[in-house]
Amino acid sequence: MTPILSAKNVNIFYGDKQAVQNVNLDVQPGTVNALIGPSGCGKTTFLRAINRMHDLTPGARVSGQILLDGENIYAPGVDPVAMRRRVGMVFQKPNPFPTMSVFDNVVAGLKLAGMRNKDQLMAVAERSLKGAALWEEVRERLNTPATGLSGGQQQRLCIARALAVDPEILLMDEPTSALDPSSTAKIEELMTDLKKVTTIIIVTHNMHQAARVSDTTSFFLVGDLVEHGPTDQLFQSPRDERTEAYVTGRFG
Amino acid sequence: MSDPARRLPTRASMSSGSDRAFQYLILALASVIVLVFVVSLYLLGKDSWPALQRFGVEFFTQRTWNPVNGTFGAAAMITGTLVTSFAALIISVPLAIASALFVAEYAPKWLANPVGYLIELLAAIPSVVYGLWALFVIAPVLARWQITFFSPEYPERLALYTKCAGIWANDQTTLQCFFVPSSGAGRGLALAIIILTVMILPYTASVARDVIRLVPADQREAMYALGATKWEVISRAILPYARAGIMGGVILALGRALGETLAVAMVIGDSQDILKSLWGNASTMASVIANQFGDAQELLHRSSVVTLGFILFFVSVAVNLLARVLIGRLTPKGVK
Repeated sequence: MTPILSAKNVNIFYGDKQAVQNVNLDVQPGTVNALIGPSGCGKTTFLRAINRMHDLTPGARVSGQILLDGENIYAPGVDPVAMRRRVGMVFQKPNPFPTMSVFDNVVAGLKLAGMRNKDQLMAVAERSLKGAALWEEVRERLNTPATGLSGGQQQRLCIARALAVDPEILLMDEPTSALDPSSTAKIEELMTDLKKVTTIIIVTHNMHQAARVSDTTSFFLVGDLVEHGPTDQLFQSPRDERTEAYVTGRFG
Repeated sequence: MSDPARRLPTRASMSSGSDRAFQYLILALASVIVLVFVVSLYLLGKDSWPALQRFGVEFFTQRTWNPVNGTFGAAAMITGTLVTSFAALIISVPLAIASALFVAEYAPKWLANPVGYLIELLAAIPSVVYGLWALFVIAPVLARWQITFFSPEYPERLALYTKCAGIWANDQTTLQCFFVPSSGAGRGLALAIIILTVMILPYTASVARDVIRLVPADQREAMYALGATKWEVISRAILPYARAGIMGGVILALGRALGETLAVAMVIGDSQDILKSLWGNASTMASVIANQFGDAQELLHRSSVVTLGFILFFVSVAVNLLARVLIGRLTPKGVK
């Protein structure tokens, strides 16, 4: 299968400091891919390179290529604004727009893309909220402030917001680290369903989470991609001894 | 028998004594603040009484302020205060937000810090300096424009002025006449609004800059990640999130504009007539207090001037209370 995303010799720098070295990685469509590793290993830095978030950080620089559907997103002339519509992102802490209603949060991306038709917006909002397993809980309160929802609901709202623009890839940066166990379980369950409509790349601190939800796992250590492979294989018979040390809990 | 050395001390220790002393001290200091508020309210009320008793509600609606025949009505000053303050606010808020956005979002660091510092410095310039600057620098510019308005090349303007002068003489004005220059002096309502605009700008600007900087990174990134341009991030994520704080800065500026005395008193022309032209002389409550308090020997005149202070006091308190309600409504709640 052709990968939907493919990183080629990706290096990321903050000023003079190199945070990610020479990463090569292929991601197949319709899969969940976990990036694991100890704090500061570069996994989040790498994730943020996939939708060019580093453009916003003064001094940050990315070299190499990241191909989205075969096209290099760092090629000269690529518009990062239009590109980001094809890559959704869910953040560590739920971050709904606090002055907007539930509905307005979900359709925020569509409005940016210029969709104005009420019925159309409503249809996509319903589909996205169903996709994020939130519809039943919020259908009666679409016009209430998004911040009235619980933390777990807010995070699913953020997932719905990202899904609304129909992204080819959904990036998740430790999406459950601020949530309680039952909200975490709901989101993990959700990821399996979301594979049908998109491709997920998730950074997680929690190895068990990676083992539960992902099809492939990449292990990062001090800016290197140490090992990448099917999740079962990486956890049960890692090829690299550093991976083994990490997944068996000897450090990290 | 218990060992006396191991008994609990019965005398209050040093520390609890000093704790109590400190408690009384801060209680006393806090009470002084309340006391000052109550006493000033009482004194203002007491000294206003003769005027309020004499004129009643007419003091607020009457447009004549004539110390010679002892008729006092504050309608012109109340209007003057509200018009100058809100006009200055309307002009300064967009400028302040623009400068805050420039400093917080657009300017490179080497430029942002000095510009931000200079804007704050505007707040440190004494009123009297603003007043002088307005009189010597801006007034001549306005005067030049007013004079060219009446240049002989435009006879129709002179006709317009003659028509308006007739209307003004009857203590009235029309929307059109409001924008016709009534003199060539440069001073007046417009100059007061201009100078107030500059004076209150730093309050809104520096508060807005700080709250814009405090908008969490994940709010910005959430909008960027949906495919927003920088302007869309500012208008849809940053400004809505910061709106309560910005409103706080606006209210601070409004409070300052309502009470600003010296600079306005120097430039507004001190006419107690009803507002007739944007370019004409006018007065505010604060400017009349400053210009007339020393001369107000007669009881009723003096009492009327104090009543202006009393009204100003209430207007300021009302604006602040309103601001609190507004800010409470605008504050985003429950961000988890």
